[in-house]
Parts: sequence; C-alpha cells; structure tokens
Amino acid sequence: MFINEQREKNLFRIISKEALASTITRYVIEAPFIARKRKAGNFVILRIMQGGERIPLTIVDSDVAAGTITLIVQAIGKTTKLLATMREGEFIQDVLGPLGNPTPIENHGVVACIGGGVGTAELLPIAKALQSAGNTIYSVIGGRTRDLAILEDEMKECSHQVFVTTDDGSYGRKGLVTDQLKDLLDGYVGINAVYAIGPLPMMKAVSNLTKQYGVHTLVSLNAIMVDGTGMCGGCRVSVGGQMKFACVDGPEFDAHQVDFDEMMMRNRTYIDMEKISDHRCTVYAQADVLEGGVAR
Amino acid sequence: MTNVNPMKPSQRMKIPRQESIEQEAQVRNRNFQEVSHGFDEERASTEAQRCLECKDPVCQSGCPVNIDIRSFVQLIFQKDFSGAVNKIREANYLPAICGRVCPQETQCEEVCTLGKKHAPVAIGKLERFVADYEMLHDSFTPFHIKDQREEKVAIVGGGPAGLTCAAELAKVGYKVTVFEALHAVGGVLRYGIPEFRLPKAILDLETERIKALGVEIYTNFLVGRTATIADLFDEWGFSAIFLGTGAGTPTFMGMAGENLSGVYSANEFLTRTNLMGAYKFPENDTPVKIGKQIAVIGGGNTAMDAVRTAKRLGAEKAYLVYRRSRTEMPARVEEIHHAEQEGIEFLLLTNPTKILGDKGNWVCGLECQQMELGEPDESGRRKPIAVQGSEFVLDVQIVIEAIGQKPNPIIQSTTPGLKTGKRGVVEVDDKQTTSRAGIFAGGDLSRGGATVILAMRDGKIAAEQIHQYLLAKHNGELVQ
Ligand SMILES: Cc1cc2nc3c(=O)[nH]c(=O)nc-3n(C[C@H](O)[C@H](O)[C@H](O)COP(=O)(O)OP(=O)(O)OC[C@H]3O[C@@H](n4cnc5c(N)ncnc54)[C@H](O)[C@@H]3O)c2cc1C
Ligand SMILES: Cc1cc2nc3c(=O)[nH]c(=O)nc-3n(C[C@H](O)[C@H](O)[C@H](O)COP(=O)(O)OP(=O)(O)OC[C@H]3O[C@@H](n4cnc5c(N)ncnc54)[C@H](O)[C@@H]3O)c2cc1C
Ligand code: SF4
Ligand code: SF4
Ligand code: FES
Repeated sequence: MFINEQREKNLFRIISKEALASTITRYVIEAPFIARKRKAGNFVILRIMQGGERIPLTIVDSDVAAGTITLIVQAIGKTTKLLATMREGEFIQDVLGPLGNPTPIENHGVVACIGGGVGTAELLPIAKALQSAGNTIYSVIGGRTRDLAILEDEMKECSHQVFVTTDDGSYGRKGLVTDQLKDLLDGYVGINAVYAIGPLPMMKAVSNLTKQYGVHTLVSLNAIMVDGTGMCGGCRVSVGGQMKFACVDGPEFDAHQVDFDEMMMRNRTYIDMEKISDHRCTVYAQADVLEGGVAR
Repeated sequence: MTNVNPMKPSQRMKIPRQESIEQEAQVRNRNFQEVSHGFDEERASTEAQRCLECKDPVCQSGCPVNIDIRSFVQLIFQKDFSGAVNKIREANYLPAICGRVCPQETQCEEVCTLGKKHAPVAIGKLERFVADYEMLHDSFTPFHIKDQREEKVAIVGGGPAGLTCAAELAKVGYKVTVFEALHAVGGVLRYGIPEFRLPKAILDLETERIKALGVEIYTNFLVGRTATIADLFDEWGFSAIFLGTGAGTPTFMGMAGENLSGVYSANEFLTRTNLMGAYKFPENDTPVKIGKQIAVIGGGNTAMDAVRTAKRLGAEKAYLVYRRSRTEMPARVEEIHHAEQEGIEFLLLTNPTKILGDKGNWVCGLECQQMELGEPDESGRRKPIAVQGSEFVLDVQIVIEAIGQKPNPIIQSTTPGLKTGKRGVVEVDDKQTTSRAGIFAGGDLSRGGATVILAMRDGKIAAEQIHQYLLAKHNGELVQ
C-alpha cells in the first residue's frame, strides 16, 4: 500500500535544482504526503535547518507518482539565500503542507493572470487550473529586468496569449504590468476576472486599476508567517475591515477589500533584523562555512 | 496504611514549609535559565517530614490524575527517591513537568490537611524533586510492554493530552503514531511555556522515553491538510483516533490599532521566542521585536509568561494590564509572585481601549481606562465597570495580547459529523468520546483552555476508553 511504502519518507530530500534566473531557483523536493494532497494555491512552510526561520513558499507543481513537489524561490534574504547553497541530495529539515485554501477555480470565461517577479511562479499552478476549467487566459508577466520575468514558456502553455513587461525595457514591453493590463481591459477581449500575484505594490496597483473597471480580482497575500496553521496570528491582514489570518483564511483574497498600505507597513516590521541575518549569511557564505552543506 | 514517620503531628507541624532554591530576581530577569532549582535532597527530606500521613489523604482527590501522594511522600521520607518517582508514574507519566507547572495551590495542595492551619505540604516541589533526581542519576526504569496488539491508534497533536494518551496506549501494546503539525512535539509545553519555567531538555527527554515505548512520531504533519481524519482511517488503517490539538488560535480584543507593527498575540510572541528560539537572535534566525516599554494585556499564565519573557528580552518597563483585580487573576500564584519580584509593573483594574500608532505604523502608545469592580457576574467574579473620565495613555512600543485562545478549526471543518460546541470546542462525554465512533478527544480542544494536568487526565481516560473500544471491536461486539 502506498502509505506503507512512504512511511519512512517524511524526509525532504532535494531531488533536483535548476536556476531560472540569477536569483531564482526551481527545486524539486521529495514530500510524498504533501504531493498527494496539494491543490493550486496551496503553499508549504519550510525550515531548512535547526535554528532556521520558518518561511512560506507556494507549491508550484507536484508529482504524485514520484512523491515530489516543486518550489520556485527567489533568494532575497538569509533563508532563501541559504537554501540556494543547498545541493541535490541534501535534506531540508522541515516541510509542512499543503497549507492555505486552494484557489477557487471557476469558469469565468476570459481571465487575466498577472505575475510579477517570482510571483509568476505562484501564479503558474493557478493559471494551469484555470485553463483546465475552461477559461481563456491572457497572461502578463513582469519583472524589473529581463532576467526576472520568468516562466514565459510555461505560462505560454496554459495561456491564450502571454505579454511580457520589464521596468527597464530590456525585454518585452517597457513599463509595468498594469500598463499591459489596462490595454487588455480597454480592449475587446472581455476580461471577467483577474488573478494577480507579485510584490505588494504591484498587487495594489492592479487592484486599483481593476476597481475602476469593476472586474473581480484575486490576489495572494505574502504576509509574514510563523506556523502557517492559524496559531499565532502574525499573518493577520485587514480584508473588508475585518481581521483575517492569511495562512488559514487565505492566502488569496478579494483584492478590492484588502488594505494594502497597512500590509506593506506590517511586512516591514523586521526589516532591520532581516538585514542582520542577511549580513551573517553573506559572511558565512564567504567564509565557506557552508562547505559540506547546510544540513550538516 | 501504616505510618513511616515516628514524629508526632505537633512536631511535624512546627517544621516550616521548605522554600525552593531560586535564582535571584534581579539576575534571572535578564536570563532564560530556570527560575527555580527546586529542592535539594535535604529540603526534600525535611519537607517530607511535614506530611501528616493522613488516614484520609484528601490530597490525592485534589490531584486530577489521582496520584497516591501520601505514599510517594512517605517514600521520600524513607529516602527511596526512585521508589517515589515510580509511584508517581503509576498515575502521572510526566512528573518533572507537572511538578513544575501544575497550579498546585488550587489542586492537591489546596485540600491538603496540613494546609488548614499551616502551609500545605509542597507536593508539587516534591514531585519535581524526585523526577529531577531520577534525571540527574539516570535511574529511569523503562516500562516493560507485555503484549503486542494488532490495532493501530493515531494521536493527533503532540501536546500533553496527546503524549499521555500515546504513552498509555503503547504500554498496553498498541501501535501508536503521533501526528504533530509543528516541527517538534510538546504543544504549549514547547511553544508557550518559556525555558525559564520548563527547560526544553526535559521535554526532549520525555519525548525520547515515549519513543522508546515504540511510539512513532510524525512532525510536520497537519491533520486535516497533510492527511484528513478519513485518510487516517481508510488509507493509513488506524482503528481509533485521539484528537488532542489544543486551543492554539489566538483571539484579539477587537480594538483599534491591532494590526500595527509591534502588536503581537501572546502566542506569536512566545512561539517566536520559545519554539523558534528568538531569544538567541541572530544566532537563531527568527526575530522578535521588543521595545523599551511594553504592555501585556491579560492576567493568566500566558500573560505572565509573555510579560516575564519581554522583561528578559530587554524591556526596561514591562507592564501587565489587567481589567480586574489581583484576586481574579487566573495565573498560578507562584508565577504572579515571581513576576512581581522580577519587577513587572501590574496595572490592575485597567482596561485597554485603543492602540496608538505613529506615521510608520508602529505602536507608540496604549490608551487605557480605569475600572472599578461592580456586582458579581455569571462566573461569580465581580464585573469591572469603566470609570468615566479616567482615560490615560501608556507610553509603550510593543503591545502583546494574552486574552484567550480557542481551538484551531482545521480538523473540525474537515471531519464530517464531529460535533462542536461553544467557541469551537469538540464535544465529548465523560469518557472523552466524541460524536463520531472511533474518535476520542481531550485537553484544551474539548475544554477550550485548561491546564497541563487536566489535558493529561483526559489523555489517560481516552486511552482507557480506546482500549475498551478496540477490545469490544476485536471481539466483534461492535460492527462499524
Ligand atoms: C503564502 C506565501 C507564498 C509565498 N511563495 C513564495 C514563492 O513561491 N517563492 C518565493 O520566492 N517567495 C515566496 N513567498 C515569499 C517568501 O516567503 C519570502 O521571500 C521569504 O520568507 C524570505 O525569507 P528570507 O529569510 O530569505 O528573507 P528575509 O530577509 O527574512 O525577508 C525578506 C522579506 O520576505 C518577507 N518575509 C520574511 N520572513 C517571512 C516569513 N516568515 N513569512 C513570510 N514572509 C517573510 C518579508 O516581507 C521580508 O521583508 C511567499 C510568501 C507567502 C506568504
Ligand atoms: C503560555 C501558556 C502558559 C501556560 N502555563 C500553564 C501552567 O503553568 N500550568 C498549567 O497547568 N497549564 C498552563 N497552560 C495551559 C496548558 O499549557 C494547556 O492547558 C495544555 O498544554 C493543553 O494541552 P493539550 O495537549 O490539550 O494541547 P496543546 O498543548 O495545545 O497541544 C496541542 C498540539 O497539537 C498540535 N496540533 C494542532 N492542530 C493540529 C493538527 N491539525 N494536526 C496535528 N497537530 C496539531 C499543536 O501544534 C500542538 O503541538 C499554559 C498555556 C499557555 C498558552
Ligand atoms: S500532578 Fe499536579 S495536582 Fe497532581 S499531585 Fe502533582 S502537582 Fe499535585
Ligand atoms: S493531605 Fe497533606 S498532610 Fe495529609 S497525606 Fe496528603 S500531603 Fe500529607
Ligand atoms: S502564520 Fe501563524 S496564524 Fe498564520
């Protein structure tokens, strides 16, 4: 029986690792129980080593037969940078999931999927599920520069059309994802719903735009989390004037109800301490303390 | 019941209750080492002499797990410390923990005969002493499991309720698996109660002992998400399930300013500090914020732990804001006492009304209102009423709310037919049986927030009940 074969395997080995951009990496990780249950929109909380932080990451894909999940991670701070130093065959200390509510997938007809930076990775499983549900998808992927506009090919597979925007014009259209989205909303395609995932300022801008058009918009909120199971309340956000826990009530919410400004400020709570951690991480890496792997 | 102590009762009563050895308050409020070192051998022996060896040892009935207190105290008197700890273990699997955290003053020690005219026997401290003695001398006698049974039992949640249930069932010979959502078991003992009250090394040791009984532990496993209750029955092949998932979801007061940076639930603040080890930042990666001045709202054990932790993390002023008076505080007396010694400032009869924020969205004050006590309410406690015009602002940068928790709804909402009651607790009868056949529950999940020893009691009763249920099923008396 499946369960018996997998019993000893609540261990989280890195099966493969592949760079998608200079700071963005795709990991395939052994996690059979999570793979079986995971749906589009779910995430995991992982801790790479003893003493490490618990951080949330979206499950981009899964393979039930192989018992694996796929994560796509941008190295921006200590934990994500340390993860990037880990090698195939090494084990991640803890992976918990699948967490959060699956994305509500309906047939809206025509949908716009907007991804910014690594947010496109979080968007991909949702776009796939929307396509399977019969939607026609127009995707916009954006990044500050060419390198950060990721997963164009994968998005093409599930979209009717994909647009790329870069802030510096190094690839695709020069400008913001909202410039492209505005054209789509103004155009003849008849967009009935928008799914947007990316940095908070981007999601806020998308939300402000679609509000004007009265188009239903879902965003995935990257609140700071600890347990991811509803037990700390650290991930609370204001939605429609009510307190919600992003990990169990979300992570997706109706964009037009979200208080983005409050959330952006809350997400800056530990900024000074994150810098200390990041600095220590860089010092470690330079000193090659990591030789032999993080999970020593 | 024969007596072992030749002293006359009048002589025994003259001996003062022994005090435990403690770290100096002004030293300990800057470190995370244990506050109390408990008794040494001499103090323990002296304290044991005080026991009157009552014909009707009422102390035992005051203990929720019915420890034969008289006998274990006698064994201490006879200097048979391992005999004493084994006597306790007949009824209580985790003496080192209960000796430290039980609210003895409202349980065993409250009813102790000696307590009528004198101070009661320090039962909790004696319990702790023999457990520590055993640890120090490495004299633990592992339990011998006689039979092996075929049935597998799942325990959901690795807190005191779950761990006790697991140990009891393993002793009877069942194959037991514990599923814990976090990366380590212990529940509140791990993430809530701080190191300075309960060293995590004790919990680690107890966990190893439970594993040694053959109990399998899955951490990083959120039942309801990683697998549902239905999966555990159908795919994993468990014959019965115990739910001990506690009451970990924090509640907030609902006042303005709660989403400012610098506002924590006590659960988050304590989880960051204890489970994630933020008191050792940046050695450990998880940060926690602390201000020069902090306020903790509440009057229970959770509030006490949070405020004392904040002090240790470096707060110059740590206020405890409680809307009733000291007599209504639900925290253990010892913790209140320790908090005062450590320089925690109690603002009693004070009700917070609003958290004030600065331009950067950081907490910069807590608006409060003075209260006075009115008529008793349904709970028998006198109801606080606001004093008009008594508003003032407390200058703080961190606010921690410790006003209560409720059960996490993940399992209840993914398990059809599981009946829940007020505040989302799972309903059980006096045998810890839920509305679904084969599912049992206990601890904070069914009580909505209680104590370690009551959680353990529930786990024990559930284990017995699961055993009866499986025996009956085995014998074909029950058809599913
Ligand atoms: C539901 C959800 C899904 C996510 N999915 C992805 C994903 O698929 N790929 C990806 O690259 N990133 C994802 N993130 C963001 C990712 O969690 C953060 O990048 C990561 O926590 C940064 O940690 P760090 O130690 O490397 O950096 P830090 O220097 O510690 O933090 C950098 C920034 O990340 C955020 N952050 C820090 N700690 C946490 C935490 N414990 N929880 C949440 N955010 C935190 C803060 O805003 C901070 O300013 C997701 C976040 C959420 C909430
Ligand atoms: C800060 C604090 C201090 C306290 N101090 C004292 C004290 O001094 N003395 C005292 O007697 N009592 C004290 N209490 C109360 C006491 O800790 C609790 O009553 C007791 O821990 C309840 O035990 P439990 O096993 O029911 O639940 P918990 O200890 O809450 O354990 C539940 C466990 O289940 C896990 N879990 C939850 N959901 C799932 C799921 N879906 N799948 C898998 N696992 C899950 C949780 O992660 C947790 O580990 C305190 C409580 C707090 C919060
Ligand atoms: S377990 Fe608690 S109530 Fe029972 S004897 Fe020990 S300290 Fe007293
Ligand atoms: S009631 Fe007190 S004095 Fe009497 S046996 Fe129990 S502990 Fe000893
Ligand atoms: S991360 Fe703790 S409640 Fe959401």
